[in-house]
Amino acid sequence: MAKAAIRMKNAPIVGTSVPRMEGRGKVTGQARYVDDMVLPGMLYGATVRSRIPRAKIKQISFGPGIRWNEFVIVSAKDIPGKNCIALIEDDQPCLADGIVNHPEEPLLLLAHPDRHLLPKAVAAVSVEYDPLPAIFSLEESESLEQIIWGADNTFKSYLIEKGDVDCVWQNADHIVEAEYTTGAQEQLYIENNGMIAAFDPEQGITVWGSLQCPYYIHKALMKLFAFAADRVRVVQMETGGAFGGKEEYPSMIAAHAALLARKAGKPVKIIYDRLEDMAATTKRHPSRTRLRTAVSKDGRILGGEIDFTIDGGAYKTLSPVVLSRGAIHSGGPYYWPSVRIRAKAVATNAPPHGAFRGFGAPQSLFALERHMDRIAQAVGLSPVEIRRRNFLKPGQTTTTGQTINEEIDLDKLLSRALELSDYHAKKENFARRNDQASRKKGVGIASFLHGAGFTGSGERFLGSVVGVEASANGSLRILVSSTEFGQGTNTVLCQIVAEALGIAYEDVSIAQPDTDEVPNSGPTVASRTVMVVGKLVQSAALGVLKTLTASGLLSDSYSPEEFRAACRAYTRKHGKIRSLAEYEQPEDIVWDEEKYRGSAYAAFAWAVYVAEVTVDLATYSVTVDDFVALQEVGKVLHPVLAKGQIVGGVAQGIGFALYEKVVWEEGRMQNGQMTNYIMPTSADLPPIRVYFEELGNVHGAYGAKGIGELPMDGPAPAIINAVEDALHVSFHSIPLLPEDIFAALPESSAEPVREAGGRE
Amino acid sequence: MSESPEGQAKSDISFTVNGKLETVHVYPMERLLDVLRHELRLTGTKEGCGEGECGSCSVLVDGTLVNSCLIPALQAEGAKIVTIEGLASDGRLELLQQSFLDCGAAQCGICTPGMILASLHLLEKTPEPTLEEIREGLSGNLCRCTGYMQIFEAVAEAGRRGAAT
Ligand code: FES
Ligand code: FES
Repeated sequence: MAKAAIRMKNAPIVGTSVPRMEGRGKVTGQARYVDDMVLPGMLYGATVRSRIPRAKIKQISFGPGIRWNEFVIVSAKDIPGKNCIALIEDDQPCLADGIVNHPEEPLLLLAHPDRHLLPKAVAAVSVEYDPLPAIFSLEESESLEQIIWGADNTFKSYLIEKGDVDCVWQNADHIVEAEYTTGAQEQLYIENNGMIAAFDPEQGITVWGSLQCPYYIHKALMKLFAFAADRVRVVQMETGGAFGGKEEYPSMIAAHAALLARKAGKPVKIIYDRLEDMAATTKRHPSRTRLRTAVSKDGRILGGEIDFTIDGGAYKTLSPVVLSRGAIHSGGPYYWPSVRIRAKAVATNAPPHGAFRGFGAPQSLFALERHMDRIAQAVGLSPVEIRRRNFLKPGQTTTTGQTINEEIDLDKLLSRALELSDYHAKKENFARRNDQASRKKGVGIASFLHGAGFTGSGERFLGSVVGVEASANGSLRILVSSTEFGQGTNTVLCQIVAEALGIAYEDVSIAQPDTDEVPNSGPTVASRTVMVVGKLVQSAALGVLKTLTASGLLSDSYSPEEFRAACRAYTRKHGKIRSLAEYEQPEDIVWDEEKYRGSAYAAFAWAVYVAEVTVDLATYSVTVDDFVALQEVGKVLHPVLAKGQIVGGVAQGIGFALYEKVVWEEGRMQNGQMTNYIMPTSADLPPIRVYFEELGNVHGAYGAKGIGELPMDGPAPAIINAVEDALHVSFHSIPLLPEDIFAALPESSAEPVREAGGRE
Repeated sequence: MSESPEGQAKSDISFTVNGKLETVHVYPMERLLDVLRHELRLTGTKEGCGEGECGSCSVLVDGTLVNSCLIPALQAEGAKIVTIEGLASDGRLELLQQSFLDCGAAQCGICTPGMILASLHLLEKTPEPTLEEIREGLSGNLCRCTGYMQIFEAVAEAGRRGAAT
């Protein structure tokens, strides 16, 4: 660290908006995504999927009219290793073998040189089933009438306890109780999933694809093929959006392409079309949160019980970790003297649900932030005041007993958000004119937090490694498995190295993630890249510097030219400089995995969002008219990228709240097209106004915290709170569509009912 | 993926792409998108939905903005087509592309070629568009990453810099 401080003659690079590393390729159409890649002799692959939710497979037959001998056909029998997609547990098969547990479960793979022939061939495969009873809701799963997974349909449960919650009820002035639900949400990255695999008997498998986590795929393929690590290579192509949706399912597609490639002896490309991608791949977990809170007459939370349940679909996949994050965030940015959080992920016969930006937190925070407004009403305080009275303060502990050590002032953050959004004036104004109006307006707030990095000891278990290389011409190259899929990973990591070494941003580059070349810096998830990986990249860069100074080639203060000369001199003598850095858990992060207590996250980002809406009583539609997003995310390393992350997340949050509804029938998505699954267009969004506070963070590179997921947490509750402000009707479920509003309002909406879509 | 072409015969279709005359031998009902990507290896044009909803496959055909996933190759006979590869062809970024970079309008980049062509089309009709005009003009192009704000800024900025002239 000391060295870095001495050199800085140049203007700082961190904190400025340098050009996006791979930006030029993206604006010229030269950036290469997996579907842009063609290998000689390549075949095209397709997947035959189950049409029903749960059954024994009696027989598979190949119908007439297809020259089957031209096709490469792969079934579970062709799997050389274990038939599973290794992740947390090995319960999800790569190809169904005798039994299916959800619609769209992969059964069989086909490949052919002419991609035009595949759809017809897939349709010509007929499967005879022996149907088994299937379940589709949390309630059916909990009833245990049908056991479809393990002994009790439960993938994972957690219990978080703080204080003695059982004694708070008798002294409570108010007990406020309600249930909230959120629906599945499709990530809807614009680039569909895709993979290319090549197989060589000597070298093993190589896959290129659209993906977030190269080493997840690496691990899955090793097990599937029973291969040693050096016979599997995974390369990330430019990736057209992910948002969590390409965290785990790409392992499945890579496995399929690799099996076909092995059998065909030729490379195979599998590209999903939109319908297949929507129907078969993971979505945000549907959730149900029951909150019961004891509150004093002056509006202080005395304690509460939170039951958080998510629908994991048919296999375990990532549900335990999504559940964990959702459970830990369910207490929000408030002080709970006592609390009992029961969290559970259960099985249904739907395709497995998975990671989506926020990872459980948007679900539980929706419930809590709606509930805070309910508490305010019960006590007779404003939504603003109820939050002020309960905000966590430095020195207090979270629901897991983590002491807040940073100087966060949520009161001040809230005040600033109210000011920026002109909240009070709007509130008054709307209340005055709403009575007469058929377009009713409201404002709503949400205050929340988001933990950066893996939960608890997760980072320690990952033990991420990064590398930085210096070459003879003085240019630096970063080696990480962290992936770019739009967030700006490449750019920010290069900024960090340039800043650490006092060299030009243009002299730093980043290797394409390729497991043959880059060490495992962990998955690109959980808002961990800038904070955790960034910090490691910084120390690896300083390792390069140390090598140069220790060899006497560079003094403590140097110019970029001297740095280049030193690299040249060093590499001539000793070859390339390669510096690695490995994660070490900071001492102040202590976590008890058994009791689920301690420091859940190295840092939290904090935020207050304010939404202004109009509800049109002629169409029952809600429009968001203005949106203020104020957050404290530590040091902002790249203002343009940071703003882009927030605006993009808010837009997805607006979709989550008001537009994006997955229509299910027997576990299968019915609206898997962009024409009937509706995401916000440019005409649907309000001005999204983004503001930052910068407190810094001792654990992150240059004081950065995670930023990617935070903006997903706040929009939905802020918007539904605003709808309540406009209509005086309390909605407890999202997405909230016009038909839901119509159903909740009485015929003449002069006298609105008080409750809808839940119970209290 | 397009329909099975069995029973169809391939034929020669000629058109101009980015100023260059091309003749391709394809099924007449093949999507223009596939012809550009597979036959001509112009992979800057992207597929997002294949049903005319997302605009990632936007190209200009005789000056009109079209979704190339909806156009059969046959219909392009004799047309003048501009794809993303037709911009910055001398290696220098166009003003509009530069604005996209400066304003952070490209995140994952998959919608970007289509977005840029839609913006170009808008700026040709309306050299200095208002925010409302930009919103409307781009409403056929979906972007999941940016929430659009920085795209609006880029187009407004390009307008101010005189991209249309
Ligand atoms: S791919 Fe053509 S509009 Fe989406
Ligand atoms: S930048 Fe990713 S979809 Fe637009």
